[in-house]
Amino acid sequence: MQEKAILIDEKDNVATALCQLEKGDSVPVGVEDRSVSIALSQDIPFGHKFALTDIQQGEAVIKYGEAIGLATKQIRQGEHVHVHNVESQKGRGDKR
Amino acid sequence: MKFVGYRRSNGKVGIRNHVLIFPTIVCAAEVARMISNEVPGTVYAIHGCGCGHVGEDKEQVIRTMVGFVGHPNVAGVLLVGNGCELITPEVIAGELAKVGQRMETISVQEAGGTTGCVTEGKRLAERLLTEASDVDRESVDVSELILGLECGGSDAFSGLTANPALGIASDLLIAEGGSAIFSETTEMLGTEQVLAKRAANAEVEKRIYEIIAAAEGKAKSMGVDIRGSQPSPGNIAGGLTSIEEKSLGCIRKGGSTTIMQVVKYAEQPTKKGLTIMDGTALDVMNNIGLLASGAQIIVFTTGRGTPVGTPIAPVIKVSSNSVTYNKMKDNIDINAGVIVDGQGSLRTVGEQIFNEIVEVASGKLTKAEILGHREFDIHSLGPVL
Repeated sequence: MQEKAILIDEKDNVATALCQLEKGDSVPVGVEDRSVSIALSQDIPFGHKFALTDIQQGEAVIKYGEAIGLATKQIRQGEHVHVHNVESQKGRGDKR
Repeated sequence: MKFVGYRRSNGKVGIRNHVLIFPTIVCAAEVARMISNEVPGTVYAIHGCGCGHVGEDKEQVIRTMVGFVGHPNVAGVLLVGNGCELITPEVIAGELAKVGQRMETISVQEAGGTTGCVTEGKRLAERLLTEASDVDRESVDVSELILGLECGGSDAFSGLTANPALGIASDLLIAEGGSAIFSETTEMLGTEQVLAKRAANAEVEKRIYEIIAAAEGKAKSMGVDIRGSQPSPGNIAGGLTSIEEKSLGCIRKGGSTTIMQVVKYAEQPTKKGLTIMDGTALDVMNNIGLLASGAQIIVFTTGRGTPVGTPIAPVIKVSSNSVTYNKMKDNIDINAGVIVDGQGSLRTVGEQIFNEIVEVASGKLTKAEILGHREFDIHSLGPVL
């Protein structure tokens, strides 16, 4: 059966959509033998990420088991996670 | 675990048994090709280097040529020069003698022009081929394998399927005592801390930061800020949020083991395990650098698809998605897209890649080899003066 989403590392707080996912979908996300069901509060395009847990403002967004940026606002479980609510911490000459 | 390979007199192990016709200067390139065409069963490599190199560039071009033609996948090499170049066959031969490579040299000027050189070169190539054909494969431990890791034409799936599956294969080989080299420094921007955490010691950690900073510095010196366009609008539309995320996908092919060493382009590691080669983003140049660094085999992940091979070493292609695999089946050996299709997991595809590495090392041909892909290029630093 085709999976709808993939979790790369057990430490991750986001999963990636493997197909177009719709608001209201309940998406099972499995890693090894565990599986959690995430209710989506927004449409998630193919290849995009959604939150597996609530992520507080300033908290790291984790993918591949590593921080890929910090949340610029609170992100709820099931929300789309992307450039509108995550900020890169690398190459920020403006912040030095 | 064992495979069957060619044990060379210097102790190194090859997985192919090529006779290579190699021009040390672009001016002898066509003559080298003509000689190779006259002797089926030989391979050749064409490039644009050999004269006008100075300083670090000269060192890098010579290091690449020596590593490539002295490679254990090469049973014997005919070095073809013109006669007045900076990097003559004798320059390379002097270095090769140290590694005990079987070689012959010839130059166009001394052999009396194209026809004379092709005639004499043909005789030498035939002799090398006769000798090479007498070498047998023998049982060798997989710990003798050095795997080159490469990716190109990446897409949204690369960091999810093909690269992490290759990382698992790399971990499996290293667990067996083998080695792997990963590269493409440009695609490590933003992952410095992640890679540094895996460094074997403080020196390796320092070098990781240095090479990534230098790659960034080069882009800036050209008036280009790589990170201003990374991730690209296309990447963002595809769901990549930050440069960290994109680079993290790229470095997944390096697996999870300790980074033992950082080497220059085409420099050979002295330690087993995982090495970073400070390479370029251009796949063909980077492939040749990986071979010159000692890799006998390359696994190349691709999202969009790519046909390239190398003249002397097999390249196993792994597609990140099934659309590309189905479109380019003639070119691609393994489809990691099955992970997305629910037909496999990272673990099963990782094991499949590892098993394919061992089989290809023992003689199974890759699609790139069957199609005759022999792309070659040297990462010259320039300027050519």
